[in-house]
Amino acid sequence: MAEVLLQHVDKRFGETVAVRDLSLNIADGEFVVLLGPTGAGKTTTLRLVAGLEHPDKGAIWIDGREMTRAAPAARDIAFVFQQYSLYPHLTVYDNLAFPLRSPARRVPEAEIRKRVHEIAGLLHIDTKLTNRATRLSGGEMQRVAIGRALVRRPAIYLMDEPLSSLDAKLRSELRLELKRIQVELGATILYVTHDQIEAMTMASRIGVIRDGRLLQLGTPRDIYESPSDRYVATRLGIPQINLLPVELVPETLVPGGTRTIGVRTEHLQIAAPNGAGLVGRVHRVEHLGDQNHVHLEYRGHAMVTLADAHNPFAPGQDVGLQLVNPLYFDAAGQRIAIAAE
Amino acid sequence: MAQIRVEQLRKAFQDFIAVDGSNFTVEDGTFFVMLGPSGCGKTTTLRMIAGLELPTEGRILLDGEDVTFRRAAARDIAFVFQLFALYPHMDVAHNIGFPLKCQGVPREQIRQQVRVTARLLQIEHLLASKVSKLSSGDRQRVALGRAIVRRPKAFLMDEPLGVLDSELRHLMSGELRELHDRISATTVYVTHDQLEAMSMADRIAVMNHGVVEQIGTPQEVYDRPATMFVADFIGSPPMNFIGFAGALRRGDRSISLLDARIAVPEVHEDGIGGSLALGVRPEHVTLADNAPIRGRVLGTEYLGTTQIVTLEIDQGEIKARLPARLPVRLGETVGLTFQSEHLMVFDATTGRAARSALHEGNGHG
Repeated sequence: MAEVLLQHVDKRFGETVAVRDLSLNIADGEFVVLLGPTGAGKTTTLRLVAGLEHPDKGAIWIDGREMTRAAPAARDIAFVFQQYSLYPHLTVYDNLAFPLRSPARRVPEAEIRKRVHEIAGLLHIDTKLTNRATRLSGGEMQRVAIGRALVRRPAIYLMDEPLSSLDAKLRSELRLELKRIQVELGATILYVTHDQIEAMTMASRIGVIRDGRLLQLGTPRDIYESPSDRYVATRLGIPQINLLPVELVPETLVPGGTRTIGVRTEHLQIAAPNGAGLVGRVHRVEHLGDQNHVHLEYRGHAMVTLADAHNPFAPGQDVGLQLVNPLYFDAAGQRIAIAAE
Repeated sequence: MAQIRVEQLRKAFQDFIAVDGSNFTVEDGTFFVMLGPSGCGKTTTLRMIAGLELPTEGRILLDGEDVTFRRAAARDIAFVFQLFALYPHMDVAHNIGFPLKCQGVPREQIRQQVRVTARLLQIEHLLASKVSKLSSGDRQRVALGRAIVRRPKAFLMDEPLGVLDSELRHLMSGELRELHDRISATTVYVTHDQLEAMSMADRIAVMNHGVVEQIGTPQEVYDRPATMFVADFIGSPPMNFIGFAGALRRGDRSISLLDARIAVPEVHEDGIGGSLALGVRPEHVTLADNAPIRGRVLGTEYLGTTQIVTLEIDQGEIKARLPARLPVRLGETVGLTFQSEHLMVFDATTGRAARSALHEGNGHG
């Protein structure tokens, strides 16, 4: 395991700029998740680290050595793709052993056996080792695909949405397992996804990426609680943060230059209407079991707040609203820090 | 607008029983969701209501009229498949008006109905646009417009949002529900996504292996699941089950989990015994230093406001939903308490929930 460093990396495909001036360090043993929508440049970044693409500018370092133009095989990385591509004619055991049997690696059979059993145990597929790869469920196949990367001890594991083809239940199981295995092995992982839950639950640090730019890099809590700009604020949190134009809020303490006020759903609190504060009208109540999402309308703006599952709000009802810990954004969408922080 | 009634509905494909004696009524104007895993019979039920499959036994009534063996076209029901296929060479107005054109509706009337529909969906400004120029959300709205332009008695929808990515899906499910609030058309909606069901439905029917296990409002099926299957299928993470052996009688107010006495809502039936399970929703687990139930922290998942903590207790793994601010360290052992008023006891053999004070209309839900 080792540190990986990207320095001012640019990558274009013809007219399209896929990655712009991207700098990122992934410390030894860290689980970094790049979070962004389709086309943000996250997979390109992964491919640049893997050596499947070469940057137009900038440098890539793996384990203290510059690898910017090195061939993939020279880089000591393992890649897990979105679609598991197992060898259908081989057993689970042989699929897992395959990367270790490469003539270049010359790993003794006894060592191979030990590692395959160890990884199969970690992934809970140890009872399936003699099965043909085609005789597995989707979730088991994806575990084998992940396991095939894990049997090796490369400098870094690169993972491209490895859980996206699985159903919700399995995804949540594997999220937890992957995180546990990463901690147990002390593995360094660069993982890309568009799923904010995966990012929040697994990452040591999240890099929010959009249009090829890394907008913010920080722990899930940093990104959630102190987003650097408006876009980052909308990227984490379900339902999304409420954004209100500043003119709609009769607040005197808003810092100068503020154009938009952001309030997370849990920070938009319903209070008794007292005449002075904000008054919204309940539009719809969504029951999610453990809590309700109350959809409100405030001066033509749709807002959402969380409420206790048994709170009796009814459509049409007027309620007072209180903004707790609001975030302020300027005309360019940048966050305006306030002194108290 | 219409009421749909399903009586003793059964469908067998040779040896395979897809639907096994369903009974339910979808009241006029209701948004009714059929929820279950793939192969549970929800789509087959929907197709029988639509007239695309004929039942092996039972009856289907539309507004009191028996339509069991009537052709699909004669039922005045619109069946909405996945909402994405538009005609790329036509503009928005022609896409929406297409079903009316097929029925031979006069042109002026089509134009008027298209305008009314577009207004409902707030896409009037797009009527002359080419479909290929639209955002994916607007495309979905156009597809929805095409489905509702004809104003049938009822809508049947089979996972209409299934192919969308999660964010657009959430947006569209909200819009679909708001559209329903405006036109109040009876809707039967099939999905395997419990969150979609919870957030959209007036009533949910949870199906498993061809059998309707429970029908109720979203809050009812969440708070008082009739079976372990329902309790497990609804909620994310689902309800925890803690296995124990014992016998319960009417009037009991606690159970024993190894050495711990756990208060539960008063039991309202006799003869509950053998292999049992205590059902605890993750948000009803709290940490308390000296609690008799001990758990080792196996994992934490940060979610912004809350975190999901996976714990290992003597009886297996359970999940707790705790405030994100609460410091929880991997590997540490903590004490656990459960919020008694929400607990349920299940017969682990049959999966059925024992009746308790929870079921006696105490104002919840």
